[in-house]
Amino acid sequence: MGVSSKLGNMGVVTTTVEQAVNWARTGAMWPLLFGLACCAIEYMSSQASSYDLSRFGMELNRATPRQADLLIVSGRLTRKMAPVVRQLYDQMAEPKWVISMGDCASCGGVYNNYAIVQGVDEIIPVDVYIAGCPPRPEQLLHGILTLHEKVRSERIADWA
Amino acid sequence: MAVATPPQSIEEQRRWEGNLDQLRGLVSERAITGETMLLNMGPHHPSTHGVLRLLLELDGEQIVSCLPDVGFLHTGIEKSLEDKSYEKALPLTDRMDYLSPMSNNMAYAAAVEKLLDLDVPERGQVIRVVCLELARCASHLVWLGTHAIDMGAMSVLLYAFRERERILGMFEMLSGQRMMSSYIRPGGVWRDVTDDFLPTIKQFLNDFPAKVDDYEALLTQNPIWKDRAQGVGVIEPDVALAYGLTGPALRGSGVNWDLRKAQPYSGYETYDFNVPLGEHGDVYDRYLIRIQEFRESMKILNQAVERLERVKGPYRSENRKYCPPLRSELGQSMEAVIHHFKLWTYGYDAPDDEIYNAIESPRGEIGCYIHGTGANKPRRVHFKTPSFIHISALPVMSKGYLLADMVAIIGSVDIVLGDCDR
Repeated sequence: MGVSSKLGNMGVVTTTVEQAVNWARTGAMWPLLFGLACCAIEYMSSQASSYDLSRFGMELNRATPRQADLLIVSGRLTRKMAPVVRQLYDQMAEPKWVISMGDCASCGGVYNNYAIVQGVDEIIPVDVYIAGCPPRPEQLLHGILTLHEKVRSERIADWA
Repeated sequence: MAVATPPQSIEEQRRWEGNLDQLRGLVSERAITGETMLLNMGPHHPSTHGVLRLLLELDGEQIVSCLPDVGFLHTGIEKSLEDKSYEKALPLTDRMDYLSPMSNNMAYAAAVEKLLDLDVPERGQVIRVVCLELARCASHLVWLGTHAIDMGAMSVLLYAFRERERILGMFEMLSGQRMMSSYIRPGGVWRDVTDDFLPTIKQFLNDFPAKVDDYEALLTQNPIWKDRAQGVGVIEPDVALAYGLTGPALRGSGVNWDLRKAQPYSGYETYDFNVPLGEHGDVYDRYLIRIQEFRESMKILNQAVERLERVKGPYRSENRKYCPPLRSELGQSMEAVIHHFKLWTYGYDAPDDEIYNAIESPRGEIGCYIHGTGANKPRRVHFKTPSFIHISALPVMSKGYLLADMVAIIGSVDIVLGDCDR
C-alpha cells in the first residue's frame, strides 16, 4: 500500500509537532477568492492550466474569508476599498497570511495620488511582497514558495 | 448614495435603518417598509468581475431593482494624466481596461495623433491591427472563462487561459511585457515585430479556430447553458441605444454599430470581415456574438499577417519632433541626441485644442477626450469607457429576473471595473 511499499520496511517516522503542522499548513493553504485589479488577472493565470497553483495545494479558492488561510491582495487598493479589505482580513480565521501582489499593493506603484492607499501594509500586516506591474505568474509562485518557507520556520511559541 | 458597511451592533443597526431614508426614490417604497429585501452583492463577490457593489432589492428571488455602486477601483488615472507629458502618460492608460491594454493604448495614441495631426506609417498601422485583434481575442478569452465559471461550467476557464497564455507570450515578444505592454504609442508602435513573432502568430492562427470549436462544443448547445442564458437579461434595441451601450452588448440586440466599420481607423476599412449581430438581445446572443468575433478576428489577423510580410518601411512616424529617434542613430547624429533628450525630458507641445477620438475595444466604444494647453501637458484627459455605461444599464437588464440570473447578466455585458472607475 502506498508509501510503505515504496519506502520499504522503514517502520516509524519521527518528527516534531511543529514540523508536522507547518508541513500541513504549507500543503493546503487556501487562498481567498479575491481580486482587485490587473494583478488579479495574472493571479487567475496562475490558477489556470499553464501554471496550475493546485501543484501547491492551492486550487481551492474560497469565496468566504471564514474558510480562507491566505489573502492575496492583487492590485491597487483605493481608499474606498480599504475598509472592505480590512474587514475581509478581520473575518479570516487564524492562522492567516497575506501576500501583497504587485507594486500598487506593495507601495502604491505608479499611482501616487489622492485615490490610492500607498501600500496595503498601511491597513493590514503583510508577510510577502511581490514586485512587478503586474508580476508574472512565476513571480507569484516564487512569492508563495517564499511564504511557505516562512511558514515552515514558524515556532510553536508563535502560534499563540 | 452613501456607502455603509453592514451593521455590526444593535446601535449600528438602528443608525443603518435610519439611513434607509437616503435610499428613498432609488428603491421602491416596499423596500423602505421592509416588505422586500435589500441585499448587498459585492464589492467582494466572485461574480462581479472585480470590485463592483450592487444593492439589490429582492421580492423573493426576483430582482425588483438594482443599484450599482461603483468607484471601488477609482484610481485617479485621468487626474494623473494631467501631470505627465503626452508620451509619459501612456503607461497609465494600460491599467484602465486591464484585459485589453492595447485598446486603451490605441484610443489614447490615436487621440494624441489627432491632436498633433501626426501620421502613422502603413506598417505601423498593420502592426496595430494585429495587436488590437490579438487583444480582442485575449480579452474575450478571459470573458469566456469567467462567464462560464459564473454559470457553473468550471472547465472552460482552463481551456480559455491555455490559449490566452499564447497570446500573452506574443505580446511579450513584441513589448517585453505580458499584459501592460505600452506598445502602441503616438505615431506608431514602440518597435518593429521581432523575427520569431511571425512564425509564432502563424502557428497560433493555425491552431486557434479548432480551439474556438472546442469552446462551442462545451457551451453552445449545452442544455444547461441554454437554460441559463436564453431569454435572460433581454434589452431592446432602442433601450440599448438610449443607454448608450456599445460593442457586443449593443450588437446582441441587433443594432449594427461597430466603429471598425462605422468610423474606420488604422486601416480597418481595407480588411474583409463581418460584424456578427444578435436577434434577441439576451445573454445567449451576446455570448454567440463574442464567439463569432473570435472567428472574425482570425479573419482580420490572417489578412494582417499577410500584409505584415508584404509591407515594409517604418513602423513609427519619423517626425522627430514627436517620435524619438532609433537607438542606433544616437551614436551617429547630434540631432538625434538632441531630439532624444528633448522628448524624454520635456516631451512636446500640443495645441490648445480639444479633440475626441473613439475606437472599438473588445467591450465597446472606448473614447479619449484630450484638451491640450499649448504646452507639454494636457489640461484635461477624459475616457469614455464602455464598462461604465454597461453598468448603468444593469438595472434595466436585470429587472424582473432571478437573483441567480444576475451573475449571468453581469458576465454577459463583460465589464471591467478598472475600465469603469479609472
